[in-house]
Amino acid sequence: MSEQTATWFNLYDARPEAEVPAESPLAWSYHRTGRPAVSQKSRVVLRERAMLGHLILRGGAIVLDEAVRQVLGFGLPGRPNTLTHDDGGERSIQWLSPDEWLVIVPGGEEFVLEGRLREALGDAHYAIVNVSGGQTLIEIEGEMARELLMKSTPYDVHPDAFPVGKGVTTVFAKANLILRRPGEERWELVLRRSFADYCYRWILDAGAAYTIGVES
Amino acid sequence: MSQSLNQPNRLNEGGRIDRSRRLTFTFNGKRYQGHAGDTLASALLANGVDIVNRSFKYSRPRGIVAAGAEEPNALVQLGSSEAAQVPNVRATQQALFDGLVARSTNGWPNVQRDAMSLVGKLGGRFMPPGFYYKTFMAPASMWMTYEKFIRKGAGLGRSPMERDPDSYDHLNQHCDLLVIGAGPAGLAAALTAARGGARVILCDEQEELGGSLLDSRELLDHQPAAQWVQRVVEELAGLDNVTLLPRTTANGYHDHHFVTLHERRTEHLGETAPLVDGVRPSRSRMHRVRAGQVLLATGAHERPLVYAGNDVPGNLLAGAVSTYIRRYGVVSGDRLVLSTSNDHAYRAALDWDDAGREVVAIVDARQAPDGELVEQARARGIRIIEGTAVIEAKGSSRVSGARVATIDAQAFKVTGQAETLPCDTIASSGGYSPVIHLASHTGARPTWNDEILGFVPSLLKGVHAAGSARGIHDLAEGLADGVAKACEALAALGRTAQAIELPQVDARREGKACALYQVPHEKPTLRAPKQFVDLQNDVTAAAIELATREGFESIEHVKRYTAMGFGTDQGKLGNINGMAIAARCLNKSIPEVGTTVFRPNYTPVTFGAIAGRHCRDLFDPERYTALHQWHVENGAEFEDVGQWKRPWYFPQVRPDAVNGERESMAEAVARECLAVREKVGILDASTLGKIDIQGPDAREFLARIYTNKWEKLAVGKCRYGLMCRDDGMLMDDGTTSCLGENHFLMTTTTGGAAGVMEWLELWHQTEWPELDVTFTSVTDHWATMTVTGPEARKLLAEITDIDLARDSFKFMDWREGRVADMPARVFRISFTGELAYEINVQANYALHVWKTLFKHGEKYGLTPYGTETMHVLRAEKGFIIAGQDSDGSVTPEDLGMQWAVGYDKPYSWVGKRALSRSDTRRTDRKQLVGLRPKDPSVVLEEGAQIVFDPDHAIPMPMVGHVTSSYYSPTLKSGFALAVLKGGHSRMGETVYLPMADGKTHAAEIVSPIFVDPKGERQHV
Amino acid sequence: MFLIYCPYCEEHREEEEFHPKGQAHIARPADPEACSDKEWGDYLFFRDNPRGIHHELWVHAVGCRKFFNVTRNTVSYEILESYRVGEQPRFTAEHPEGRPVETVAAENVTAKAEVVERQEGVKA
Repeated sequence: MSEQTATWFNLYDARPEAEVPAESPLAWSYHRTGRPAVSQKSRVVLRERAMLGHLILRGGAIVLDEAVRQVLGFGLPGRPNTLTHDDGGERSIQWLSPDEWLVIVPGGEEFVLEGRLREALGDAHYAIVNVSGGQTLIEIEGEMARELLMKSTPYDVHPDAFPVGKGVTTVFAKANLILRRPGEERWELVLRRSFADYCYRWILDAGAAYTIGVES
Repeated sequence: MSQSLNQPNRLNEGGRIDRSRRLTFTFNGKRYQGHAGDTLASALLANGVDIVNRSFKYSRPRGIVAAGAEEPNALVQLGSSEAAQVPNVRATQQALFDGLVARSTNGWPNVQRDAMSLVGKLGGRFMPPGFYYKTFMAPASMWMTYEKFIRKGAGLGRSPMERDPDSYDHLNQHCDLLVIGAGPAGLAAALTAARGGARVILCDEQEELGGSLLDSRELLDHQPAAQWVQRVVEELAGLDNVTLLPRTTANGYHDHHFVTLHERRTEHLGETAPLVDGVRPSRSRMHRVRAGQVLLATGAHERPLVYAGNDVPGNLLAGAVSTYIRRYGVVSGDRLVLSTSNDHAYRAALDWDDAGREVVAIVDARQAPDGELVEQARARGIRIIEGTAVIEAKGSSRVSGARVATIDAQAFKVTGQAETLPCDTIASSGGYSPVIHLASHTGARPTWNDEILGFVPSLLKGVHAAGSARGIHDLAEGLADGVAKACEALAALGRTAQAIELPQVDARREGKACALYQVPHEKPTLRAPKQFVDLQNDVTAAAIELATREGFESIEHVKRYTAMGFGTDQGKLGNINGMAIAARCLNKSIPEVGTTVFRPNYTPVTFGAIAGRHCRDLFDPERYTALHQWHVENGAEFEDVGQWKRPWYFPQVRPDAVNGERESMAEAVARECLAVREKVGILDASTLGKIDIQGPDAREFLARIYTNKWEKLAVGKCRYGLMCRDDGMLMDDGTTSCLGENHFLMTTTTGGAAGVMEWLELWHQTEWPELDVTFTSVTDHWATMTVTGPEARKLLAEITDIDLARDSFKFMDWREGRVADMPARVFRISFTGELAYEINVQANYALHVWKTLFKHGEKYGLTPYGTETMHVLRAEKGFIIAGQDSDGSVTPEDLGMQWAVGYDKPYSWVGKRALSRSDTRRTDRKQLVGLRPKDPSVVLEEGAQIVFDPDHAIPMPMVGHVTSSYYSPTLKSGFALAVLKGGHSRMGETVYLPMADGKTHAAEIVSPIFVDPKGERQHV
Repeated sequence: MFLIYCPYCEEHREEEEFHPKGQAHIARPADPEACSDKEWGDYLFFRDNPRGIHHELWVHAVGCRKFFNVTRNTVSYEILESYRVGEQPRFTAEHPEGRPVETVAAENVTAKAEVVERQEGVKA
């Protein structure tokens, strides 16, 4: 077995220093399918929060929790399928598996965060993977948001089964995604880049009956 | 088109229809009127339409028999336009709307005058069960032709040939208790559970909730039962924890209380869904319900009696006669004879009498019936003939009389002289069969109950039945049963519910029913006029008797031989009678004969509802890379690789084009291939699976899962690896790069990505949990662009700060740096055999890098290429594609890749042991070789079989097949990869490929490496 | 469409989220090279097909990606339990009504201790 040395991992900032044009995973969808305007009649509204920082943490809960508290100021969610947030709600950590968590932070923070977490974790056994380019987050709000989700996922989205603060990886139409409920009225969907267009078209189709609008 | 606007059979008052709203509809080209609240069936009866269809096999005229889902005859084809066609709709379940257009499903040229009926008239003896099998048996090759003719004659409805303008959808539902059926037991149960706070779904297939209470003679709390229904439904509708679904049929009961409900949302409003607020709602919807507990309150179907001529229009179920009168204000004739074995059916005679029409007689099979309803009929002076039954209905297109005789049901004999009673309607009742279909879907075999003369459902854990569905036909008991079962169901979920207060029902004394299924005739069954058991599939009592005589003893075999209970019918009316007849012929009891298995769907479901929104553009996910838009805008043709859309080739406008014609695929691929071999090409390789591997045991893990060695791979280096299953067969391949001492980036094939990821986890979690390593998919995070060809270095050098010098950045190295101002990892890996750089950048920035490459690439002739060119180039180099050149039966040794096998690695890696099995050591295994057609213009077919001796008699021994084959513009020849028995030791020999068109191609066995055999070009 | 309890997510999920991976408790021989062809063939290819209680390996593919075992009745399709890899089933063909919880728990403690020992042995 190899020993953990200072160079055991490759820490890599995938973001440019220069001004380089970037495109969210939904850029093509907006171009081809468009964005139906939000109107008074819209009973569901969709909004992308593009270019966020997404990190996967792997390792033991106790060790990671300590490091995360030290660096981010709030801890890992203790229970399966739950989320924690910082006070402003901008940074979140979601349980994905007994040894896997998803950290989402404002875009650009992920590289520094990864470095600080690695520093805090020292020679503990863990892994951190930057997946920011591979996924995007969309929010769905509105009185019919829950019914739209019922058309799409077999997971029970009734408030009794899906309280605020829950997050699950599940089936959505014929794709998979992460479904979270950070607030009473708000749902978050974390889509994989390559499936984003399919999911977007599905949501618009399912939402047509509710005059869904997409915020630009 | 003639008009018939008066409705001769419509009563002036009564029923739940709205006489102020007249609706016009068309049936078989003729216009009629009905009312809001009618079904198509009640409207047809109101208009005196006797013949609604022709029968399936004998083409006999048929009329409406029932009032619900069990209707076997009135199957219609709906739709005024081609796009709106809907087949196999039961007229009894179709709400009438203005402008409805329906046709009979069977009958050509029309139901009144049917060409096929000649067969039916001649028929009888000529069409015994198995007729089609026996008659159209030989030659077997003609069956397809016969079948077309038979199907056209039989008619099963037809699907629309134009695009359906409507949309359909699915809704995933979850509940504590699903109550199926909103009759008395279902309503009582739903209310109990709902008041207990449980999440409840209540569905019912009818237009209105209420079931039998909507046409009951009985009073609840001294008021018409329908008033109680209204109060309960109103309360339920007001509760947040309740979902009410009328017009919703529970069609399938699947595993673990997963039930599919088909809701017809707009079928009662029109042919296509009407716009609501500018939006067109889905026409029908499949609710995919996962229930904690399920209560079946599905009621019971009345069983008709089986007597001669019982299929002539005018023969109805007794209950249906009542329902049409009481719910729709329609009396289906003038003179009624009722044939019954029980008290309940007397309602039909009383209702008929109330409607002011003549009850000719009640023919009761029992000796001294004395129940309360019997007394009421006597008191009205209705003639009751005891110990008798209708043994034969007279008439052809409508009943004209009933032959009645005393019978001995036990001895199956007619014991007296028959008397003919003139009448136009015969109502019959042999009792009630609980609707056990859904319980049967779960695999639980129903059990026979002698008390109620019917099968009652067996129930798996979590399934409950209440009321008539389990043989409790008494109203008061049924209501109480609903409450009790709801409490039981909730208790099973750890919840409590209070029993609700039930309405008062006046107790009524009911006489005992007798067992009567097939009524005896003076002639033996085989010679008597046809006695129908299954009207929809035209199965007669004689057919069942014949089947048992021919040796079919199992009821499942009888069913398949006679077609009893097949198809859309699912044995609703006929099954019990059929079993009783089989039992009599076999000298067994009904429980000994047993029942057949009912299967989903309970009634037909439109394909639209099954597909939901998973159709057209949304049929299957399409995965796109970050560069997809560029590919589209640059004219790429796409190839499906798994769910990915990958550019296949980029046809350009031909140099000699007059009207902008584009290159053919062959032309485009030839141009792209030469560009890579001579200048530089670029491929979007983002779809390759990419897995980030970290942990102190990562290297050890790789050594165990790959066939080759990993201990010495240094940071900055890449290595190609083969992955086998433990049976030694190749499953995937790819390169893995060392990013840090304990940090690797693995690539997989595009199609294998998810499978490899799961494979790694399988071994880690189940066999080697002690290894400290993690796997994370980064496929979507990175976009990968392959720049390859002799000019690749010069091009890349223009936009990168990485030192590309041959000796500092070698083949199979990787480097970090900037490419087009973007942080990038560049890998010197080649799948073309040319100098190649795979550039990985964060996907959100990929388009910028790609465009920058083109900005600088024009002077080098940078050419985008697709998967087809990639395939040609790699095949020229003998590089395999796992899953194309290997198929799960090919070892690394078969592929001649011993160089990638670490025979002396300390750990017995996955697949190693299998390589020393006797089977994998065989010398005649199929091995990878190259094939060079003798005629260079020939491109062999992929999949073509190889033989050594083309003159061998057929069947020739097949010794291998072509796995990859292309035309090589570099070689100016076709060439192929193939697997061939003992191929490695047959270099230079000639093999043959006989093709379907009679041609035989000859090819020479050569090395699979066709271009640059020493591999010098990729090292430049 | 099964409803399967994931012992890691600690809730029931739809079958769509899982992949079946065949019979459970098929251990790879510790020293493959010491196996005869027959023994190796048995490990690779031979599986039980019981009528009644069966132990199956599943993976929560769309979810936590963890492998775990399920005891299922192949006649009624009832799932009697889900348990983690390395643990022993309560319900077996010999004990269709289920063994006492304490017995199984004690076995699992022993099994875990062995895993830790093996793990430490490897690290040493």
